[in-house]
Amino acid sequence: MIANLAFYLFSFILLASAVMVVTSRNPVHAVLFLILGFVNAAVLFLLTGAEFLAFILAIVYVGAVAVIFLFVVMMLDVDFVALNEGFQRYAPVGALVALIMFIELAFIAGNWAIAPAGGADRMFPTPDNVTSSVALGNLLYTSYLPVFQLSGIVLLVAMIGAIVLTHRDRKRSLHQNLSAQHARDPKQTLALVNAPLGQGAALPAKQTHEETL
Amino acid sequence: MTELYALLPALVLGLGGMVLLTGGVLAKKSETTPAVTFGAVVLLAVAAVVNLLAPDTLIWNGLFKTSLFTRFADTLVYLGAIAALILSVDYNKREGIARFEYPILVLFAVIGMIAMISAADMLTLYLGFELQSLALYICAALARDNLRSTEAGLKYFVLGALASGLLVYGISLVYGFAGTTNFAALGEVFRSGTAGVGTIAGVVFVLVGIAFKISAAPFHMWAPDVYEGAPTSVTALFATAPKAAAMALFLSVMAGPFGHLTGQWSALIQILAVLSMVIGALAAIGQSNIKRLLAYSSISHMGYALMGLATGTVDGIQASLVYIAIYVVMSFGVFGCVVAMRRNGQSVEKISDLAGLASEHPGFAFAMAVFMWSMAGIPPLAGFFAKLYVFATAFNAGLDTLTIIGIVASVVSAFYYLRVIKVMYFDKGQPNFERVSAGAGFVMAVGAFATIVFVILPGPLMAVAGEAAKALMG
Repeated sequence: MIANLAFYLFSFILLASAVMVVTSRNPVHAVLFLILGFVNAAVLFLLTGAEFLAFILAIVYVGAVAVIFLFVVMMLDVDFVALNEGFQRYAPVGALVALIMFIELAFIAGNWAIAPAGGADRMFPTPDNVTSSVALGNLLYTSYLPVFQLSGIVLLVAMIGAIVLTHRDRKRSLHQNLSAQHARDPKQTLALVNAPLGQGAALPAKQTHEETL
Repeated sequence: MTELYALLPALVLGLGGMVLLTGGVLAKKSETTPAVTFGAVVLLAVAAVVNLLAPDTLIWNGLFKTSLFTRFADTLVYLGAIAALILSVDYNKREGIARFEYPILVLFAVIGMIAMISAADMLTLYLGFELQSLALYICAALARDNLRSTEAGLKYFVLGALASGLLVYGISLVYGFAGTTNFAALGEVFRSGTAGVGTIAGVVFVLVGIAFKISAAPFHMWAPDVYEGAPTSVTALFATAPKAAAMALFLSVMAGPFGHLTGQWSALIQILAVLSMVIGALAAIGQSNIKRLLAYSSISHMGYALMGLATGTVDGIQASLVYIAIYVVMSFGVFGCVVAMRRNGQSVEKISDLAGLASEHPGFAFAMAVFMWSMAGIPPLAGFFAKLYVFATAFNAGLDTLTIIGIVASVVSAFYYLRVIKVMYFDKGQPNFERVSAGAGFVMAVGAFATIVFVILPGPLMAVAGEAAKALMG
């Protein structure tokens, strides 16, 4: 009874904050509601007994992802009014799509039938005597080790991608090259020009910055 | 030990890729790019050989599976990736995007592709799918100072993320209603040939997610823009390896775990096939950019390949595999030609730029003509036999309407392939193309040679594809 009440309470707050994320005009408010949504989703995980997932959700999504979102929203000069300009125009189509998807989902929910063999086929039933983090670790590092490694490569690719797309060598910064300076000799930088009386001196060809170094 | 042996190609690529990455970072000069690319090609070749020798086995409690089918598809992926890397050396250097990360990203994308192909569990399928997609999004935006390349990368990323979302949603529905993600166990659950509405919805979502990746109509919108915007060497990769991998995944998922539900999904595949063939044929007519033309051409080719799958029989799968194999070879060849289209230090992409090519570069024009004839499906080249097998199996399986639509679409598409030949041989013009680089010339020659040799020697490919199809259908 209390568990049911708690479920409805937290899922209501979750849905309400999700609506607020999409509709609020101030992007900072939207991110704050997103955090509220994450926390409530974490509580829902707690209610089903998956405490490890609840903590991970709170730590990773609230602690890292949402904070980065907040940084991006505050640091980048994004014109959110211009970004929301098309909202009025696209809202009817979006609502129509949402309605169709809702009807379809309702159709699926109405025909809810789990395959008879489904229960027996369930690969890893939740063990009773260990906490969920132990159970998860036991699976992740034994039966699913290759997949775990594969997800590591996915993260490596994400990192390479971020560097490939954004990193630039700063070629313009000036730094002193001592050996080049010491190796210079006067012939490279100094030109003695004969200046006949009354004619002025012809200037030698101009040297570029790289040549003088 | 056999399990480890079967995983060896992925290990070679992964560890080798990390070594190359470390080397590239430490050397920190763009001159290392050819060396890293060479290393990547060697790794791919080693992995391809190891892959051919690997035993048939189920790996790690049924997460992966190797069979003749996976070896066949893997080989196509390796071929496509090696060809794309060879093309990239000279092209990327001239375009000023010779970054050593590119071959490494290709290596990791290939790991994703072979994981996808050998997947025997939804979890492996999804991770492989995501790994290859993520690496390819980055490759599309490789020319990051070029507006169209970044646009291509962003577009590919957003639509690809949508496709991944649909795929995962479908997997979660299938898991929720059937209680397992393992392919063999799923096959058992669906043995009766019927499934609830929830499961069917899941299967449809999975199907849509994969259809996005092979750019089958109506999920093809991204392909022309991405093909056009991405650097040509990257487009050459997009048109070969990922297509072969996603198509193999399509075959292995539909014929594997969902094999007993043929009656439920066959109609959907037929719709995808018809739309792809028709849209690919009609939309390409108005194109003036060769890369956009090839994008629509690849959409229609996916339609023909799907025809084989629509039959749901061993013969159909065999026809699809033969089609994909020939498509990959023609594709890397034709992109070898497109990469070689350079004038005054800039790459040109208009079909009209090819005018008068036959008198200036006869070999180049001949190779291009061979690929165009073959893609149009005009006898006696390889493309004709590919289409013939697909049409014959579809017709024998009773899909006559589909076959007739396919033949009509093929005739329509012949128009724009032949137009390219007409422009090259009969239009007056001065292409003034630069000398064809050794890599592009090599890829062109290999592609054209294979396309012609298949006519004389079709037996081996047909036989291997047949055995592979049998291995898949069990």
